[in-house]
Amino acid sequence: MEAEKADVTDAATQLKKPSWFSRLAHPGAFMSWSRPVLWPLGLATAAVFAIGLWFAFFNSPADYQMGETVRIMYIHVPNAWLSQFVYGVMVVASLGTLVWRHPLADVAAKSAAPLGATFTAMALFSGALWGRPTWGTFWEWDGRMTSTLILLFIYLGIIALWRAFDDQLRAARIVAVVTLVGALDIPVIKFSVDWWNTLHQPASIITPTGPKMPPSLLTPLFSMMIAFTLLFVLLHVASMRTEILRRRAETLGRQAAAKLATVGTA
Amino acid sequence: MSAVFAVIGRELRLATRAGGDALTLVLFFVMVGAVVPFAIGPDRTLLAKLAPGLIWIAAFLSMLLGLDRLFRADEDDGSLLLFRHAAIPLEAVVAAKVLAHWLLSAVPLIVASPLLAVLLAMDMPSWGRTVLALLIGTPALTAFGAIGAAVTVSLKRGGLLAPVLILPLCIPVLIFGVALVAAPDGSNAALLFLAALSLVSVAFCPFAAALALRVGSE
Repeated sequence: MEAEKADVTDAATQLKKPSWFSRLAHPGAFMSWSRPVLWPLGLATAAVFAIGLWFAFFNSPADYQMGETVRIMYIHVPNAWLSQFVYGVMVVASLGTLVWRHPLADVAAKSAAPLGATFTAMALFSGALWGRPTWGTFWEWDGRMTSTLILLFIYLGIIALWRAFDDQLRAARIVAVVTLVGALDIPVIKFSVDWWNTLHQPASIITPTGPKMPPSLLTPLFSMMIAFTLLFVLLHVASMRTEILRRRAETLGRQAAAKLATVGTA
Repeated sequence: MSAVFAVIGRELRLATRAGGDALTLVLFFVMVGAVVPFAIGPDRTLLAKLAPGLIWIAAFLSMLLGLDRLFRADEDDGSLLLFRHAAIPLEAVVAAKVLAHWLLSAVPLIVASPLLAVLLAMDMPSWGRTVLALLIGTPALTAFGAIGAAVTVSLKRGGLLAPVLILPLCIPVLIFGVALVAAPDGSNAALLFLAALSLVSVAFCPFAAALALRVGSE
């Protein structure tokens, strides 16, 4: 009897106190904690950008082969990294949508897609600008470039699918299925395209023998990668807030219309 | 199992009797191939060099065009709702429909491929490898297509969206399919990769497509 009572009170406290993550992820709570976070986050992003750009433009040497064009790397590599990282965020959000049916996961997946597409397009664009002086061409059907282009197509397809649905709750689940299928297929695409044709240099930051770059290039690169990642987090939180507000506005509009309709019939 | 065969039989009867468009797809496939010489000139050596890729593109486009009929009619007349409550799981229904769709949309293309081989000046061995590549590769195209069709079936204007979603996912099939045709005799890496892609995607697609159908109609 005692034990049962203890269980019941335990269950009650558990009901009252969900884990810190589900408390943060409740849409209403998200709206209240994310508002004061935005400004400091923006200031931190700007500060890291200032440091990174200072390193990239003034306090790093030019490459002995590529000359000053090596500085394109400090824009190109962070965007390329984010193009894949954002897809990872969308995959995690899709799992949240399909497994826990969490409304904030829907919102996170939806607002990450345009950001991911933009970073991927920026990676392709800066890569083209970099390829012109170093390889002598804007575009080459090389493995890594091709797979990034395909990734951009997948992002655009997902955005088109989001926009095709009126009912955003249903859209979230269907897009989640597509996102997960894409996540399974992207490694296959990457591998097959590399097998098909490769010109791009292999990985040079994370290798079994440590970075293949001198620290004078790594410092600006890492600070720019942190800066761009912070930029993504900032933009993602801001656009999630916008999406939640848009949904609330839509609901309010629908409620107002329903009220008008009942007044009209009465 | 007999229910699965019943679904396959139903699909085949629906497609081959009044209003079926299996032959229209074949016509489209042949016409895409026949239009190419007008675009790039009737040079036989050039055509023979491009032929494997052209046949794959023609097959690719015809498969994408046929996607919409996989679930659309059943969604419109409510059969899909009945399938969801059938005695066999929805995954089995989808697998049966995918198999029937492959029989209806890929096999006729392969049967019609000699015609394109003649039009595009292919020689006998490379035509043989093309048939092999299509036989092994088209199941993967059908599988990915089924996922695209299931995802867009609840959209009224989803017809164009499924190909846009599916095309990037199908690129590995195209790479290995064309590599198999262009491969020198004896190298079968592309063949094995293509077979692996087909097997994995066919095994996986009924679950993904059925999941999309379920969450789409909730």
